[in-house]
Parts: sequence; C-alpha cells; structure tokens
Amino acid sequence: MNDEVAPYLPEVEKGLHLIPTQATEHAGQLDHLYFALVGASAIILLMVVGLIAFFGFRYRAGNKAADRSNLPSTRTENRVEIAVLAAMLVAFMGFFAWATTLYLDSYRGPEPAMTIDVIGKQWMWKIQHPDGTREINAIHVPVDEVIRLRVTSQDVIHSFFVPAFRLKRDVVPGTEKTAWFKATEPGEYRLFCAEYCGSFHSRMLGKVVVMDRGDYQAWLTRQGSGQTLASAGKQLFQAHGCSGCHMGKSNARAPSLDGLYGRSVALDSGEVILADEAYIRDSILQPDKHIAAGYEPIMPSFAGQLSEEDILRIVTYIKSLQPGDWVKESVKENEGESR
Amino acid sequence: MSEAAANQASESYLSRGWRLRDWLFTTDHKRVAWLYTVSITAFFFLGGLAALVIRLELITPEGDVVSADAYNQLFTIHGVVMVWFFLIPSIPNTLGNFLLPLMVGAKDLAFPKLNIISWYIYTIGGVFTIAAVITSGVDTGWTFYTPYSTQYADRAVVAALTGVFVVGFSSILTGINFIVTTHKMRAPGLTWFRLPLFVWANYATSLVMVLATPVLSATLILLILERMLGIGIFDPALGGDPILFQHLFWFYSHPAVYIMILPGMGVVSELITCFSRKTVFGYHGMAISILAITVFGFLVWGHHMFVSGQSLYAGLMFSFFTFLVALPSAIKTFNWTATLYKGKLIFSAVMIYALSFVGLFTIGGFTGIFLASLAVDVHVHDTYFVVAHFHYIMVGGMVTAYLGGLHFWWPKMTGRMYPEIWAKVAALALFIGFNLTFFPQYLMGYAGMPRRYQTYPEDFQILHVMSSLGAGVLAIGYLLPLVYLLWSLRWGKRAPPNPWRAAGLEWRTDSPPPKHNFLEPQTVTGPPYDYDTIDNK
Repeated sequence: MNDEVAPYLPEVEKGLHLIPTQATEHAGQLDHLYFALVGASAIILLMVVGLIAFFGFRYRAGNKAADRSNLPSTRTENRVEIAVLAAMLVAFMGFFAWATTLYLDSYRGPEPAMTIDVIGKQWMWKIQHPDGTREINAIHVPVDEVIRLRVTSQDVIHSFFVPAFRLKRDVVPGTEKTAWFKATEPGEYRLFCAEYCGSFHSRMLGKVVVMDRGDYQAWLTRQGSGQTLASAGKQLFQAHGCSGCHMGKSNARAPSLDGLYGRSVALDSGEVILADEAYIRDSILQPDKHIAAGYEPIMPSFAGQLSEEDILRIVTYIKSLQPGDWVKESVKENEGESR
Repeated sequence: MSEAAANQASESYLSRGWRLRDWLFTTDHKRVAWLYTVSITAFFFLGGLAALVIRLELITPEGDVVSADAYNQLFTIHGVVMVWFFLIPSIPNTLGNFLLPLMVGAKDLAFPKLNIISWYIYTIGGVFTIAAVITSGVDTGWTFYTPYSTQYADRAVVAALTGVFVVGFSSILTGINFIVTTHKMRAPGLTWFRLPLFVWANYATSLVMVLATPVLSATLILLILERMLGIGIFDPALGGDPILFQHLFWFYSHPAVYIMILPGMGVVSELITCFSRKTVFGYHGMAISILAITVFGFLVWGHHMFVSGQSLYAGLMFSFFTFLVALPSAIKTFNWTATLYKGKLIFSAVMIYALSFVGLFTIGGFTGIFLASLAVDVHVHDTYFVVAHFHYIMVGGMVTAYLGGLHFWWPKMTGRMYPEIWAKVAALALFIGFNLTFFPQYLMGYAGMPRRYQTYPEDFQILHVMSSLGAGVLAIGYLLPLVYLLWSLRWGKRAPPNPWRAAGLEWRTDSPPPKHNFLEPQTVTGPPYDYDTIDNK
C-alpha cells in the first residue's frame, strides 16, 4: 500500500471483443446508439457504392444503347439536393439529440454512495478511498453502487479510460474533474491512460475490480487502513500550520472554516462565491485569487508543497466540517484543561 | 514580332533554362510548382517511412523493434511531417500552383516573387523542423499538448515550434497569392459561377490559410514564451490553463483539416466530370458547399475536446455545428455520384482514383458523424477509431485525390503520358492496401485500443497484424507511381495538348505549356464542364 509498489499488468478477461463487455447500464445504452449509427451509415454507404456500380455498368462508355437523353434540369437538380439535405438534416438531428442526451446523463450522475480519488502520475494511477485505503493501478469497488470519482493529475494530462464502462475523462493537472459509474457486473475491467503522457504512456495500465457487496467489505477489512481521508487531512491541516491562523482565537487573521463547504462567501471584491471543492482547492494553491471580505491577503500559496493526494485529503477534511465543529472542539479541549 | 521571338514565346516552359539558378531563382508558377512537388515528395516518403516502422513495431504486442521513446518520436515525426510538410501544401502548392493561373487564363500568379519566396520559407522551415525533431528526439506528438510540451518534454521543442511557426508564413503567402489571383486575374467572361470547382476549392482553402494560420503562429509564440521564460499561460503550476492551449491549437488545426481536404474535393470534381463526359451535378450546390464548409469549419474546433473538461454546453454547441458541417460534405458526395447518371463513363486509372476517393471519403465522413455524437466520442476519443477516421479523410481522401490529380494533369505538366496499365495497378493497390490498413483500426478503436501505444494487450494483435499487412500493400501503391512517373519523363509517349479531351482553359494550351501559359489571350463564353459541346464537335 505504499507508493513504491511496482505497477502490474491487470489480469482481465482475455480475447478480442469488438463490442467490449458491457459492465454498466450506460455501456448497453451507448452500444444501441453505436449500432444505429453503424446501420444508418451502412445503408447509405451501400446506396452510394451501389449507385456507383449500377451507373458504372449501365452508363459505361461502351454501352451505346443506354438512354442518355432527358438530363435533369438545374431546377430538378436543386430540388433533389434540397431533398437530400432535408433528409440528412432530420437524421443528423435525431442522432444529435440521442447522443447529447446520453452524454448529459453520463455527466450528471445520481447521488453517489462514495467518492474515490484518482490521481494520474507518469506512469501510474494512484487511488485513495474515503476510509484512507490506498491502491496503485487498481480500483476496488462494490457492484451496483454509484461511485463518484474525483480525478486529477500530479504532472501532465492523462485520461482515465475504462472501455467496459464506455467512460473516459481527461485528467488535467491543476483542476479536479469528476466522473461517475455504477457497475452492474462483478469482474475485472481494463483501465487505460488514453491521453499521450510521455515515454511509458502505453504502460500506464490498471484495472477496475468490481466486487459483490460482501467480497468488497471483506477486501476493505483486509486493507486495514488506519486513518480516514478526512482525519489524514486534519493532520496535514495542522502540520502545515493552517490551523495556526484559521483555528482558535486568532481568527481575526483568517476566516474560520467549519461549515464553510456549500456556503456562500462574500469576497473582498464585492462578489459572492459558492464555497465548493474548486474554491477550497484554489484557496490553498492560489490564495490571492479570491480574498474573503474583511481579511488581508496574507496567506502564502501552498502550490508545490502539497501532493495532489494531500490536497484532496485537506479538501475532504474541510468539506467534512459542520458549522460549529471547531467551537465544540475547543470547548472540549478547555474542559479537559480545567479538569 | 519577329519569327525568332515568336518561336521563343511558343517554346515550352521546360525547353530552356536548365542551370541550377534557372530553377532556384525562377518566378514561373509552373516551375515553382515543380520545386514544391520535389519537396513534398521527399517529406511524404520520410513521413511514410516513420509510419512503416510504427506498423512494424505494432505487429507484436510487446515493444520489440524500437524503444518506447523512439516509438513516441516516430509518431511525432510522422504527424509533424505529414500534416505540415505534406498534407497542407500538397494539392494547393503543387497542382494549385501549376493550374490556378492556367485555369483562370492568366500568365502567372498575382505575385510571382512571393510564390518562390513561399517555397524557400517552406523548405528551409521544413528542413529545420525535421532536423530539430530528429536530432533531439522531440516526442510531444504533432499536437504539442501542454504542460507536457512546455514542462516535461526534455527536447528541442522550441526549435521544432520555431520551424513550424516559420512554415506557417509560406501558407499565408500562398493563400494571399491565390486569393488575389482568383479575384483579379480571371480571363474576360470567366465569372465566379463559371470557375472550375478546383479553383473554388483552392480559393476557399486560401481563405482558411490566411484566417487560421496566424492563430497557430500566435499560439506557438505563447508556447515558446512559456517554455523559455516561464511565463504562465498554459502550465497550471505557473497559474496557466492547459485547456486554453487546446482551444487555441484546434482553432487553427480543425480548419486546417479543411485546408487538407477541400483541394482534394476540387480535384475530384474535375476528374469525375471529365471521365463521365458530363457536367457536374448541381454546380452551384457544389460551389456553395465549399464555402459552407469553410465557414462552418471555423465553428467546430471544440469537438476535439469533448472529454477534456470543457463546459458541457460548449461541447453541445460544438457537436451541433459538427453535424451541420457534415451536410455540405454529404451534398458533395451525393452530387459526385449523381454526376455519373447518364454519363459516358470511362474507367481510366484517374477515374479509379476519383471513385476510390468518393467511397473512402464517404466512410471517413460517416465515422465523423460517430465522433460528432457526444456520447460515442467519449468512448472512442483517443482510440484507434479516431486514427482510422482521420486517415480515411486525409489519406483515403486527400492523398488519393492528389495522386488522381497528379495523373490527370501529368501530361500537361510534363508533356508525357504515363503507362495506363501500371497506373491502374497502383490505383487498385492503393484502394485495397488502404482499406486493409485502416478498416481494422475502426474495429480495434471501438474495442478499446488507445492510440499512441507502443505496447498493447495481445487481444488486439490480429487486427494490428492485418493493419500492418495493409501498410505493406499501401506502400506498393505509393512506390509504383514514383517509379513509372519518373520513367515516363524520359520514355513516356509525348502528350498532345488535350489527351483526355477535357474542358477547362488549361487544356487549350500546349503540353507542356509555354512560358507565359497562353500564346493568345483567353476568353470564356460558356459554363464549365461543357462536355456536350466538346464531344459533339
């Protein structure tokens, strides 16, 4: 479970499948669209090739008997063109609507059962689970659960590609993207890096292991992780001195963060911004970007000091804080002292 | 005019002036076209050689022919050379350069000196880029995506970018030259709607060159600034945005796809009409389609970025416009087919090239619709499906059209005929080899094989082996014309002024044409492709 584990090649289902295994509902829906496109193009291609062959035979120069009189007038030509245009337009708009609906559905997922972090790094996939379990080049997930992924990169652009889920998302450094899936079939599925990322791009492989609920629990227990993501984040929060300004009595220098997530924050510029994950992340890496109203821009940037995993841990910690959490904590500490 | 002067005026542009400086300092558009032909042929075979090594490597799933880095360098060389030094200049700068003035009845292009300068810029920039890419082993791919290209690739990226930047100016100069020539130098009576479609296509291509290339130049400068001075534009570590690079890059590089295919469409319209002995079906529709593609081509760049994390609604709009840009292409395909209706079809080698183009372009076009469909693109983006798609357009389309055009106008350019039977063999080898190479790539793409992979899961091997075999056949299809066309320069039969009995002003003059193209000023009195009149003479 440490970073030095050698990347290993996944042992997944063997054999060539021109239609990859359908391991999500979306995969099946997408294949229907694909078949429809293949069918429509095959029909039109056959028409074009058929016409070329037919005209080629019928109107070959050697065939003097062919009737070549009564060529269509310009007017007829225009009418035929408009008819072809209209027919194609209708077909195209149908496919556009179908594909767009599926696309939007594949981005706006239902409420997730859990969020798993995926960090791309030349040339491996680092994974961390909410309970703090870490893996490399493998993601273990339970079947029939909505899994949300937070994906980002430590260096260059990678792309998270699981053919069996028909899922692909570019992994872009400096930003955090999300993706989701709900696997319907237990099994092991290939994970590829799809965006060229340097020397060993083609060896940046992994697998998604979809397990029955019980197997998954057993697997999780075997991992025996010590610390949840949020509590690891809390340690980092203290170790990097964040708590020195943000917590306790000194919050004249920096705003308190408990209950921040999901709230609207008034900025020095007069704007109001929603405190989402991107805001928290930006505030760590580019603190000058959004300055909370009433505070001096004195916070240093932590860019380059924290790995992507650490940033995600701290973000998770701040997200987990409920309004008043820190007050309760300090009351508890004070009680401890007075005893 | 004295008799001697008259004789000299009627001499072919090739008959005198065989010192080196007569070629290197020529301003004759026909000779500049030859200089370009020699340069792009050299670049084509260099890029093709890289492709052959790639196909050799991919016969087995393991990396056993070259190292991982060498593989990445090979596909970078292949992409950079084929896109910038072959496809973009291919038809416009060879056939276009030779034919545009002839087709409009002019003595030369509007700016003959600019024309030769653009060849120097192109060749020097090209050689410099190739030298930088090969000696330092640039491995960014032809797309130069950030932050890999600015912070991680430890190679002469700046030198390569500078070369591509310089070559951009040759595109711009050619574009300006063609636009001005088309506007100002048409023969009396040659109205816009009497222009051959080849001229329309090159005119539209020139508009794209002039409007889009400066954006590429600016983008490359920004990239160089970031890499050399550490100014944060694209690199997130410096506060930049890597997606911004993709927007700027594709704002040029998608219209550039139309720079690569529009001239091919123009060529095919000339070939099909001549060997059907008939005017083109829906001439106005064909010309307007070319302009529609040019305009919509500027609004679709974001379809390269459906999984990059651009806004969903931006993706939606880009998908919509991509469907729209397919409509004029569909009309053109339909019209080429309909042109055959009630024609007198002659299945010469040239016609085989032209009909191959129509078939391959149709497949390439339809798979473009797959890629425009957002949800499908998510699955096949950055897989071999995309590789197959753009090769069907660029190679199946453009290269086939280029070779067809080269054969068609070869008698005009050289004054010699090529051996028809060998040309048919080459055209068929190209069609078969091409499909064998690239059709399996559609299949492996949907099956999940990512592109730019040196090693791959062994399940895909059978398809890769088919593809590599096809590449061998395809290579024959390209090498054969090189041999017999060169052979024909010396031993080919002498060509009459109009061996195909073709329409168009270029066939009214000798083969090869005299230095100033026409001995008499030309006037035009009728529509293009008037084969009825020619055949009933």
